[in-house]
Amino acid sequence: MKFTEEHEWLRPEDDVIVVGITEHATTQLGDIVFVELPEVGTTVAKDDEAVVIESVKAASDIMAPLDGEIVEVNEALADNPGLANEDATGDGWFFKIKPSDPSQMDEYMDEAAYNDMIA
Amino acid sequence: MSDLLQTPLHDLHVELGAKMVPFAGYAMPVQYPLGVMKEHLHTRARAGLFDVSHMGQVKVTGDGATAALERLIPVDIIGLAANRQRYGFFTNDHGGIMDDLMLANRGDHIFVVVNAACKDADIAHMKAHLEPDVTVTPVPDRALLALQGPAAETVLSALNPAAADMAFMDVATLDLNGVECWVSRSGYTGEDGYEISVPNDQAVALAQALLAHEDVEPIGLGARDSLRLEGGLCLYGHDIDTGTTPIQGALTWAIQKVRRAGGDRAGGFPGADAIFSEMAEGVSRKRVGFLPDGRAPMREGVAIFADAESDVQIGNITSGGFGPTVGGPVAMGYLATAHASPGTTVYGELRGKRLPLTVTKMPFTPANFKR
Repeated sequence: MKFTEEHEWLRPEDDVIVVGITEHATTQLGDIVFVELPEVGTTVAKDDEAVVIESVKAASDIMAPLDGEIVEVNEALADNPGLANEDATGDGWFFKIKPSDPSQMDEYMDEAAYNDMIA
Repeated sequence: MSDLLQTPLHDLHVELGAKMVPFAGYAMPVQYPLGVMKEHLHTRARAGLFDVSHMGQVKVTGDGATAALERLIPVDIIGLAANRQRYGFFTNDHGGIMDDLMLANRGDHIFVVVNAACKDADIAHMKAHLEPDVTVTPVPDRALLALQGPAAETVLSALNPAAADMAFMDVATLDLNGVECWVSRSGYTGEDGYEISVPNDQAVALAQALLAHEDVEPIGLGARDSLRLEGGLCLYGHDIDTGTTPIQGALTWAIQKVRRAGGDRAGGFPGADAIFSEMAEGVSRKRVGFLPDGRAPMREGVAIFADAESDVQIGNITSGGFGPTVGGPVAMGYLATAHASPGTTVYGELRGKRLPLTVTKMPFTPANFKR
């Protein structure tokens, strides 16, 4: 699993990458009450706005970490946005992206480097 | 946050694990480890303890204090019975609201509680216009706690049974934890509860005595905001300000008949002409509640339109967010009067999309006061 400075986690799964935000991020955001996901089939460029999260405190944007196509989104978050708090790296995933340039993964941190960053 | 003021409870907040943020020049707890959502729900289910010591407490003393205050505030203060409290506001020459406040008749003085961000200006305003006829005395040596929620009566009665005898908007001097406290049965959550003025050096002990009750959790400013929003209560500087009149702000109810045109003490406060004119002829916009149809919260600043295509803005949101008790987004704001009937569908522009909202009566959650 890789991590971005924006507190996203990226987990390779076959030829796609599953993307969510870390438990550190969900703790900082507080109770998440709304998640707006991209449409399946959308082509995104790295750093495009991909997801809007609303917590009890404020709205935040999540950027696409890679160039590619959104191939699946976590529909369960529409009815139960709190999944992102309860299981940030599991059931609380946001979307799956099929990267057009898988080497973009190389620039991201491993778990040890991420843990150092938030320490 | 070293340049921020601290309330007498500051160290207790830190000890309780609060996240402290700057608010109106003070370091204040925005949430505790429980989190905003659970703090909100706990307050509606049992009882929450809030530190509101940043607010301004002021005594107005002297013969004619009530008549003097009526020169600045368009409510019936002369008619306010002893040991009773009332909501009010200072108006400016245009009828705009300079601050909203609570007034209590404590026998030999009127006790005024004003917003933290306005307190210096409010005190200067009162001193400039009321002295030397009466004396305006800030009370910085007292903290202010709010105990709110359906269990508040049980909790406070355990410290002094007389708390249970108070009705909504009563005030009393009660011995709590061995200290003289100035108590009102009121608050800012839409729930039953009390606000308690306590000497600074006794505030921590009283807070700890209240928190020792199993029904009480400490509650931060985050939940205070979502509670008051669901309660339909205005946040000064957002939902009302110097550019909004009490009539536009849907606060006409707070101006008693005796101060309105035709009343025995009609007018005599700043902006009376503008306010009376709006009362007679109606207003072009007014404050309403909104329920967004979807799950997306619509916050302060969202522009409101009559339909999904129109270029003509008809209003804007002044407070909005997720209502934990409602279980969805709630908002309030201003809307052109022609569109302001409850049940009307209007559209808010959120991230470039027009999303429907329904104009709704407030409060969003039923008020739970002990009348």
